[in-house]
Amino acid sequence: MMEWVILTPLLGAVLAYSFRRKYASTVALAAALANLVVATRLSLDIWRKGAHQYSLGGWGAPLGIELYADGLSGILLMMLAVTGTWITLYARGYFRYEEARDVAARGPGGLFWPLWLFLWAGFNGLLLSSDLFNIYVLLEVVGLSAVALAALGGRPKALLASLRYALAAFGGSLVFLLGVALLYAQYHTLDVRLLGGLVEVSPVARTALMLMTVGMAVKTALFPLHFWLPGAHAAAIAPVSALLSALVVKASFYVSLRVWFDVMGSTVTFEAGQFLGVLGSLAIIWGSIQAMRQKGLKLLIAHSTVGQIGYLFLLFPLMHGGDTAGLPFKAWNGGMYQLLAHALAKASMFLAAGVVVRSLRTDQLSQMAGMAGQIPLTTFALGLSGVTLIGLPPTGGFLAKWLLMEASLESGQWWWAAVLVVGGLLTAGYVFLMLAYTLRPPKKTPDLERVPLSMEVAALVLALMAALMGLRAEEPFQLLSVEAPWRVNR
Amino acid sequence: MELPWEPFLLFALCGVGLFSIGFFGLVVCAHVLRKILALNIMGGGVFLFFISVARRNTHEFADPVPQAMVLTGIVVALGVTAFAVTLARRLYSTTRQTTLSRSEREEGIS
Repeated sequence: MMEWVILTPLLGAVLAYSFRRKYASTVALAAALANLVVATRLSLDIWRKGAHQYSLGGWGAPLGIELYADGLSGILLMMLAVTGTWITLYARGYFRYEEARDVAARGPGGLFWPLWLFLWAGFNGLLLSSDLFNIYVLLEVVGLSAVALAALGGRPKALLASLRYALAAFGGSLVFLLGVALLYAQYHTLDVRLLGGLVEVSPVARTALMLMTVGMAVKTALFPLHFWLPGAHAAAIAPVSALLSALVVKASFYVSLRVWFDVMGSTVTFEAGQFLGVLGSLAIIWGSIQAMRQKGLKLLIAHSTVGQIGYLFLLFPLMHGGDTAGLPFKAWNGGMYQLLAHALAKASMFLAAGVVVRSLRTDQLSQMAGMAGQIPLTTFALGLSGVTLIGLPPTGGFLAKWLLMEASLESGQWWWAAVLVVGGLLTAGYVFLMLAYTLRPPKKTPDLERVPLSMEVAALVLALMAALMGLRAEEPFQLLSVEAPWRVNR
Repeated sequence: MELPWEPFLLFALCGVGLFSIGFFGLVVCAHVLRKILALNIMGGGVFLFFISVARRNTHEFADPVPQAMVLTGIVVALGVTAFAVTLARRLYSTTRQTTLSRSEREEGIS
């Protein structure tokens, strides 16, 4: 089962590359659906029977490389499968429309499918890896595909942004790799769970933790290392912006979770957690203020990603907040729910922005007067995903922020609660600013280009899922609790 | 000549030194090609560190695992370099630009 989660997108990628362009998108959709089925079955298995393990080639750790899936892997596999399938559906409509209109658009269409599926396969592999070097290699697989996708548009702006992205991402990986090398020098193994039992507080372990955290912070675009993100995410073509912003930044965040709680559980200190929390808070404030200052829709959404990533890093201080029972449970589930809600909402926002850019032929917010009346479905999707980001009930974002708020108050770290409140207000600021432009009466009726309905529907469905996921959280929480760090450590 | 420390430590420290030089270059140099070379120097430093770690125990033979990892790492580094150089060439042929400076405001129209 576990190997098929990786193999379905991988086979799809190879087939999509070899087949004629006409069939590539169909192959990709088939691979996406197959992966959705396999990932769902694996997650159900984890939910019912507990964590899964698989030794590649029959060689176990420490010599061999193991695949390992716990609740965290399961929930992220599902995030990737669900969001990825809708992005795939959207991209089919997007490229068909684009190619019918413009012959020059054929190039990116042909390359999008294999690159996107390679990214997907690498990401799935990353989520199932339990070996730090393997994690490094798969991060590079994800990174290479992501940079190539970001450059697909081929316009100078996209090239410049993706080159900056490439240097940041690969530099970050090498910093991470030096940390891995330090750990290997000290403990002679790279298996995540074996290391978890071996690592003790020492200067070597501290240095390794610092290097690995910095490397991953660059790739996750944590303030102040976010310089590469807005350009790369805004200049890419619509389906690529969505998958970069919603999914790819979570790959390196996932690795930092593994490093902090599975490998270095004994080394991380209260102060280290506070430090990441401060950077996260600054990211929330800086990203949101920058988002309000933008004149282009896609740049606004990209800056909002910088801010929303900040919330994820509040998880680190809250997991180490005293010994109150049930506290790490709330911090962990709140952080994870923020991750899921942001994935769905941000994918929806960028997909909707793609529809807006196509119909209005502009990205400028000032040109969007009257949009709400002309493309209501898409405007509704933008608004609804904005509501999720603000965190109004009953959305997934509300539940996430509520849990984080409770965790911060119960642990006596009230300052994070203040950050959550201010962050919510600032987020509301840029979401309402964006919506206000669309509701203004238009000066003249613009002639809109019709886009395929599948594009509008994909954006709307993702927004609805993000909004409704707050209604029932019991099953995701049960899945998340399988071998969760707060159960193992305490 | 007897060294005052284990020989592997010397190589490991050289590796860390190379890594730092590469990191400095990545941040400070403006030219894209220099940045890509700096990335390679960083990589070389990490690989040297890994290889020297294989000799940390004075057994008969060296630990083979770091060598396997370094081989994989070199392949990854080669792919990354080739790809980054291609991007840089494309940037140069479309804009005549060899640095990452923002020549125009990025407004992100797609």
